[in-house]
This record gives sequence, structure tokens and C-alpha cells, in this order.
Amino acid sequence: MSASAVHSLWTTAATAAEPISKIDSPKIEYGQLSPTLIVVGAAIIGVLVEAFVPRKHRYYAQLFVSVVALTAAFAAVVALAQGGYGTTKARIAAMGAIAVDGPALFLQGTILLAALVGLFTFAERRLDPEVHGNRVDSFAAQAASVPGSDSEQAAVKAGFTTTEVFPLLLFAVAGMLVFPSANDLLTLFIALEVFSLPLYLLCALARRKRLMSQEAAVKYFLLGAFASAFTLFGIALLYGYAGSVSYGTIAQVVDGTVQNVNPALADTMGNDALLLVGAAMIVMGLLFKVGAVPFHMWTPDVYQGAPTPVTGFMAAATKVAAFGALLRLLYVVLPGLRWDWRPVMWGVAIVTMLGGAIVAITQTDIKRLLAYSSIAHAGFILAGVIATTPDGVSSVLFYLAAYSFVTIGAFAVVTLVRDAGGEATHLSKWAGLGRRSPLVAAVFAVFLLAFAGIPLTSGFAGKFAVFKAAAEGGAAPLVVVGVISSAIAAFFYIRVIVLMFFSEPRPEGPTVAVPSPLTMTAIAVGVAVTLVLGVAPQYFLDLANQAGVFVR
Amino acid sequence: MSFPLLTATAALPAIGAVLTAAVPAARRNAAKSLALVFSLATLALAIVVLVRFDPDGGRYQLTESHSWIADFGVRYELGVDGIGVALVVLTALLIPFIILAGWHDADPLETGDASLSSYAAGRWRPTQGFFALILAVEAMVIISFEATDVFVFYIFFEAMLIPMYFLIGGFGDRAHEHGEEAASTQRSYAAVKFLLYNLVGGLIMLAAVIGLYVVAGNFSLTEIAEARANGTLDMATNTERWLFLGFFFAFAVKAPLWPLHTWLPNAMGESTTPVAVLITAVVDKVGTFAMLRFCLQLFPEASKWATPAILVLAVISIIYGALLAVGQRDIKRLVAYASISHFGFIILGIFAMTSQGQSGATLYMVNHGISTAALMLVAGFLISRRGSRLIADYGGVQKVAPVLAGTFLIGGLATLSLPGLAPFVSEFLVLVGTFERYPAIGIVATFGIVLAALYTLVLYQRTMTGPVKPEVSAMPDLRARELLVVAPLIVLLIFLGVYPKPVTDIVDPAVKQTLSDVHKKDPQPEVEAAK
Repeated sequence: MSASAVHSLWTTAATAAEPISKIDSPKIEYGQLSPTLIVVGAAIIGVLVEAFVPRKHRYYAQLFVSVVALTAAFAAVVALAQGGYGTTKARIAAMGAIAVDGPALFLQGTILLAALVGLFTFAERRLDPEVHGNRVDSFAAQAASVPGSDSEQAAVKAGFTTTEVFPLLLFAVAGMLVFPSANDLLTLFIALEVFSLPLYLLCALARRKRLMSQEAAVKYFLLGAFASAFTLFGIALLYGYAGSVSYGTIAQVVDGTVQNVNPALADTMGNDALLLVGAAMIVMGLLFKVGAVPFHMWTPDVYQGAPTPVTGFMAAATKVAAFGALLRLLYVVLPGLRWDWRPVMWGVAIVTMLGGAIVAITQTDIKRLLAYSSIAHAGFILAGVIATTPDGVSSVLFYLAAYSFVTIGAFAVVTLVRDAGGEATHLSKWAGLGRRSPLVAAVFAVFLLAFAGIPLTSGFAGKFAVFKAAAEGGAAPLVVVGVISSAIAAFFYIRVIVLMFFSEPRPEGPTVAVPSPLTMTAIAVGVAVTLVLGVAPQYFLDLANQAGVFVR
Repeated sequence: MSFPLLTATAALPAIGAVLTAAVPAARRNAAKSLALVFSLATLALAIVVLVRFDPDGGRYQLTESHSWIADFGVRYELGVDGIGVALVVLTALLIPFIILAGWHDADPLETGDASLSSYAAGRWRPTQGFFALILAVEAMVIISFEATDVFVFYIFFEAMLIPMYFLIGGFGDRAHEHGEEAASTQRSYAAVKFLLYNLVGGLIMLAAVIGLYVVAGNFSLTEIAEARANGTLDMATNTERWLFLGFFFAFAVKAPLWPLHTWLPNAMGESTTPVAVLITAVVDKVGTFAMLRFCLQLFPEASKWATPAILVLAVISIIYGALLAVGQRDIKRLVAYASISHFGFIILGIFAMTSQGQSGATLYMVNHGISTAALMLVAGFLISRRGSRLIADYGGVQKVAPVLAGTFLIGGLATLSLPGLAPFVSEFLVLVGTFERYPAIGIVATFGIVLAALYTLVLYQRTMTGPVKPEVSAMPDLRARELLVVAPLIVLLIFLGVYPKPVTDIVDPAVKQTLSDVHKKDPQPEVEAAK
């Protein structure tokens, strides 16, 4: 099969690419970009709220704006999908910068729902004891005050809360919405930065254990900046190779169907070294965001240090966005190069699955444990990415949707288990939780079983989908490695269940806070999605199947 | 549309599990009665299935088929053949006895520390949980016996591990010779070991299940078996062998076959007696049943290829299990090793590939369920009286508790396959079936019977005869509830020992079918061959 014929398995040519007659006014399809525009607009309104609304009303104003924005954006995504933009009317909008197609809409919908659920955990204000008569959330009273300083005490005493987290969340979501739909490398890079920078900030904003939180943010920022630099360098090299940053043009140059795009770059164009090094560097940047071995070093520290609601949101939504971008890059831009990237991704997937699962065994902190588990899951998803079949795309989409709700739910449960120092994340403190709070422990057990991929949970359906796609795509050895690492991973999930249900509670053990309806909703949504996708996944598999074709 | 009878047999205990779990904490006796009622109703439904099943009818009867996950090629397909019917009825029959026998096993301890009980008042409901979990296991086991879609089978085969795990890890014997803390540690060790062994087996099977889908394009047992039989579905020899091994590994862990058996003694030793019975008499049968249904039908050629190795492992199981049973000092572990020996016989009968062998193996599954339940439950009553599992702590019980000793003896004699009791018929059939084709293996396996006599009779002698130990001198005899558990099982053992025809009539046609799938015919008798 020729390269372009294979390419057409999972992409369709864009319809109605109108010729540009004049250079002056760019044509922007506002309707098709509305999900992103709504979120960006709401984020800007959020900034204005910070500036003009009195402090005591800000929390409710921000919460209202965020909920409305995310709901409206989700409605817009649904409307676009209903309008056929996911299938027959898939097109490239905004002068070639943004693709509006099935994978983009599916992932945007997933990100928006995950963000909405994540938002509820951000807004939770009943877990921490009241400070001077004010209800507080998980975020620092005043981010700018040095930990332990007088100004921090003053801020706490005044009952400040960092309501800026809401616009920051919305900006991050906006970047994430663009990331998987970016159709040229510059848009990709800008989206990367737009969602990364707010996340670096959010990581530093924990109310308790502020030094750890700030340390996590610095690590995340430094390593993230490196990864961004790699990506940017890769983009430059790829531009040098192809003479264009547009996905479609690069793909054509790689295929050899188009030559000499940019006469000014005649010296470098078609230089395979530029292509290989450039592609490798961009993929590296994306693998960093995904948390794949060997680019995973930041994950445990950041997951542990960041405020838990942020960790949950980040673990779910970043992974969705980054895998979306990775899929589009590999399937739309670099299918002609798949004989080169597939062996490398094989290796990455294998070490990611095994590495995540093995290192997780030794963890003693629940957040770190979930971090390594997320690494192992990235490996499973990569197995689906490698399939390079339409089934591979839809299985990855389904897995991401299933995984993100389990993750947010699991981290939401982590916020409930508390002792005097805030959240009790050390595993030894979870001993006997099943005796003290059977319901909370049972819910967490459901999430752990889903992570472990036990049948009748969404984790199993997702794992089955990606492994099936991988096996059909000729990656049977990956399935075997995946199965082995699932077995290893099962061990530490089970260990937590043993701890919760079969160990005696410790007398000075943690208490389980009774949350407001916000966190309850987040957890309930997590459980519901986990069970529905586990027992009756057909509707969502159909959805992912319909959404499995990229536009080019 | 006709009434979905098979779904109902699984749905009823599942509903019962949910309702039982929902009973308020203070009403735990209501939870017990509710669970018992649901298990009896399930038994009634299973008997309806038995009556409606026509042994000479089509291969799979009472079939149901609905679309489930079209994207994975999965259909919710149920159907039973004779083997399935026998095992569904066995399961439904044993669960009420298990529930009755465990009536007080999950009552909350009176001595629990006050801070905990006040903290968790109204929320921690171990009794409800115990009986709900038993019913959940029943539902999943029954649906595993009925599924004719590989994926549906796999899902419940795996999901079953979770309630089993909580049953093993969460509930133990009241008294333990090393105190509650040590018991709790050992229990969770046993539960984790059980889960890991079976999960690894299951995950390896998952790889094979996916491989089967890639090769066959769907999961329907009937469709795949048919396509295999008429040659429309060709598998490369190596592919078939790998897939067979993937399936067989999971079933061999579950069954359990030497050398994958080591989880069983721990799990049976540390769990309460009714749960131990549930493991060995009910849940483990899914493993041997699945060998018959899935390994042989889906991979006939590979099954024949693997037969010599499997027969050797089965014989090792028989002898090794029996030898270790002889050396045990712990009553429950002794029964566990005896079970390993018996599962060796079952697997031997299945892979001897003769109709007598496979009929015997199926009959063995039923009889082993009943006889082990009888022996183990009486042993449990004994242990609960003295508070120790060690054989050395007993002696002369037959003088103080003659009924208990008598029922224990009958259970033991059934375990050693005394003629006149049910297991004799099945063991005899297995050995004859094996002998027809593999005389040497048949001879070695026969030593298993000798060893069985040794471990059973020595167990009886040490615990029941001899001078009465002071600790057992005040031991009460069986109570009414306990007699109600044991007596029907013993009646069944004697009845099926004298008149096994009802079971063999149901099982035989299905066995003939399975044999024809692997293209095996019974060897001609020697005399005729000589002519």
C-alpha cells in the first residue's frame, strides 16, 4: 500500500478549502471555533471579575462564570458534532490553523466535561476547617505572600482566598481545547504554552504544605520549559525541512507528493536529518506532557506537591489534550514516517507500561502512587496510538474519556481523607478506612479496580479497546507486555484495597471530611461514568468510532 | 420472547446480593434470612432449568442472545449443555447450605473496641456484606457456566475474583491459635495471594481472548466452534497453541493444577469454612468446566497437542496433593490438598479424551462439590467448637459427639471414594477412561486412591478415636441447624453413589458432542480389535 493510501485510512481530505484571493482580512469561522472562544472569553471576564467585583462576592461570581462558560462550550461542541462537523463536514478553520473534526470535537468534549467536574473540586470549601469565620478552599490565601511570613498570616486572618484559580483554570482549558485541534505547528506551540503556564501557577497555590507545592511548581516549570524548548526547536527544524508549518503541507512533503514549497528554503528542504531530528524533538515535547517514560520524571513530584484538585484536573485533562495532539501529529503529519516512529514508540510504550507499574509498587504516598499509575496508563494508551488503524484512534479516544473521569474521581476522594496537617496522603494513614467510612473506601475501591482494569469497570473496556486495536495493528507483543504490566499494576492497587479494608484502623488515624455537594457531584459523576462505560460502553464506543477520522 | 430463564438464574442471586447488602445494620438476622430465601429461590429456578432441559435435544438449550458491545463483537449469549446444567444445579444446591453453615460466621465481634464501634455505628455491616458477597459470587459463577460468548464468560470469570477476595480477606475463623492480629495478617496474605494468582492467570487469558478476536472476528463459542469444525476458520498451528496456552493457564490456576496450586491451601486455610467450601466446591469448578467447554471446543488440535503434558501435570497433582495431605497438621489445609488431588483426577478425565473419562470428570465435579462440602462443613463445625484447626488438638471426639463424628466419617469416606458413595462412580469412570488410552498414567493415578484412604482415615483416627482429650470432653454434638446442613448432603452422596444415572443421562450427550469436536473416538475394545 502506498503511503498516501494508508494515510487515507484515517484521514479525509478537507472539503471546500476556498482559495484566498486577498491577503488583507483573515476569515475566521466563529461558529466552528465557538467552544474555545467561549472559554477564552469567560477567562477574560474572570480577570475582570478579579479587578472589579468586591472580594466577598468574587467566589460566587467566578464559580458562576466558569460553570456557565464550560457548560456553554460543551453545548457548542455537541451542537457542532450534531451539525456533522465531526464527520461529513469536518474542515480546517481559521486559515488552516485549527482542525474541526471528529477527534478534535470528541477530545474537546471530554476536556470540557473533565474541567467541569474538576472545577467542582476546585470550588470545594467545606473540607478545611473555617479560618477566622471564613470558609476556605484548597488554595493559598494569597499566592504572593512568602510561606510563613507575616503577610501570609495577615492574608489568612483577613480570610482571603485565591479566586484567581478560576480564570487560570479557564485559560488552561482554552489552551487544552486548541492543543488537540491545532493544525499547524505554531498553533500547537502556542496552545501548549497557553495551557502550561496557568498549570505551573496552579501547582504552586496549595494552602497547606506550601513549600512542597512551590517546589513542585518550580520543577514542573523548569522541566516544562525544557520540553517546550525542545518542541520549539523541533518545529523550527521541521519548518526548515518542509518549508511550512501547516500539518497538511508537511505531510505532503514527507510523502513526496509536493516539493519545493518555499523557494527561500531550497538549501534545507528535503533534508531527512532535519525531518527526523525535528519530528523526534516535537514528539519528545508531547511525550513529556503525556508523562511517558523516559520523560516522566516530573510526574510524581508535581502530582504530589500540587493542590489535589489541580492534580486531578491536570492528570485527566492534560493527558487528554496531549494525547490528542500526539495522535494528530503522528497520524496527520507523520504517517509517511511511521516506519521510523513506530519502533521508537514501541520502545517508549514498553518502558512506560513496565516502568510505571514497577516503580509504583514501592510508593508509600497515595498521590505519588496515582502518579506512577498514570504513567503506566500513558503506556497503555500509547499501545493504542501505535496501532495506526482507525480503530487505534477510536480506542485511544475512548480510553482517554474513561480514564479522565476515574482520575478526577480518585483525586477527589483523596481530598476527603484528612488529618491535622491537611490531606493525609501517606498510605499508612489509610489503614482501616473501610471500617471507619465504608462508603468512601468502597468508592475509592471502585476507582482502583477501574485503574486495575477489572471487568465491568470503564478501565477494562478501555484497556480491552486499546489492546484489541494494538493486536489488530500487528503489535501483539505490546499486548503481552501490557497484560504483564497490568498484572504488576494490579498488585499495588490491591495493596491499597487491602490496607483500607483488612487492616485495623489506627487510633490516631485520619478523619473523613464531609464534603459539599460540589465534591460529591464530582465523585458521583466519576463512579457513574466508571460503571456505565464498564457495563454498557457501546454508545460511547460508537461515538468514538464516528469521531475516529482526522481531517487533513 | 420467552422468559429468559438462564438470565434469571443469575439475576436472582445478584438482586439478592444488592438487597442483602442494603439491610440496615441492626437487622442483620433479616439479612441472613433474606440471603437464604434468595439462594433457595435460585435453587428452585435451577431445578426448573433442569426440568426444561432435554438431554437428547440440541446442544445448547434455553439460549438467549442479545447485542451487547457490538464494537468488540460481543453478544450477550447464554445457553446450557448437559455439563452446564449439572454445574448450575450443583452451584444453586450448595449455596443454601453454605449460607446456613455460615449463619454465625460473620456476626460482629462483641469485644470490638468501643471507639471504633461508636464511630462506625450503623455503617460497618460485616454480616450483610458476608451474605451479599456469597450471593454475588453465586450469580457470577452461574453466569460463567451459562455463557456461550467467550467475552461474557471472561468478564464474569474475572469479576468473580473481587467478591471472593473480600470473602477470603475480610472474614476468618473466630478463634485462631496465634491470636486475632496474626490471623488478620495471614488472612490478607491469603487473599492477596489468591487474587494475584488468579488475576495473572486472567490477564494472560485476556491476551489470548484478544488474540482469538483478531483471528476469529467474534466471540461466539458456537460460531467459532462451527467455523473450526467445517474448516472455514483456519488457525495457524502456532497461533492455536499460544491461544490454547493462554486460556489453559487461567483455568489451570483456577482449577488448580500443580504447580499453580499454591494459593489454594492458604485461601482455604485462612477463610471461614463456608467460604472454603465456596472456593473449592463451587468457584474452582469454573476452571475445570472452562477447560471442557472452551479449551477443547475452540482449540481442538492444540488440546490434543498439549494432552501428554497436561496428563503428566494432572498425575503429579493427584500424587503430590495426596502426599501433602498426608503430611498436614491443619484440618482445613488437609482438605485443601486433598482437593488438589481430586482436581488432578478431574483434569485427567477431561484430557484422557474418552467418553468415560469426560463423563467421569463431569460427574466428579458434581460429586466432589457435594462430598467436599459435607466433609469441610462438618470439619468447620468441629473447628468452631474447639477453636483450633490443628489435628493434634483433637482426640476421642466420637465418644462425646457421635453424630458429628459419624457425619465426618461419611464425608471422609466419600472423599476417599468408598464404593457406594457418589465419588466412587466418578473416580472409577475417570480411571477406566484414562486406562483405555493411557494405561501407564492410569496405574500411577490409582495410587492417589490409596493415599486418599491414608490421609482420610488417619485424620479420622487422630481426631475422633482414642482417649477423649480434656479440651473436647464438653463438646456439644451437632445442633439442629448443623444437621440440616449435613443430612441432605449425605443423603445425596448415598443416592448418587447407588444411582448415578440421573446425572450421567444429562451429561453424556454433551460429552459425546465435546469429544466429536476434538475428533476423538473411544478406542475399540481390545477383544474386538483382535478379531
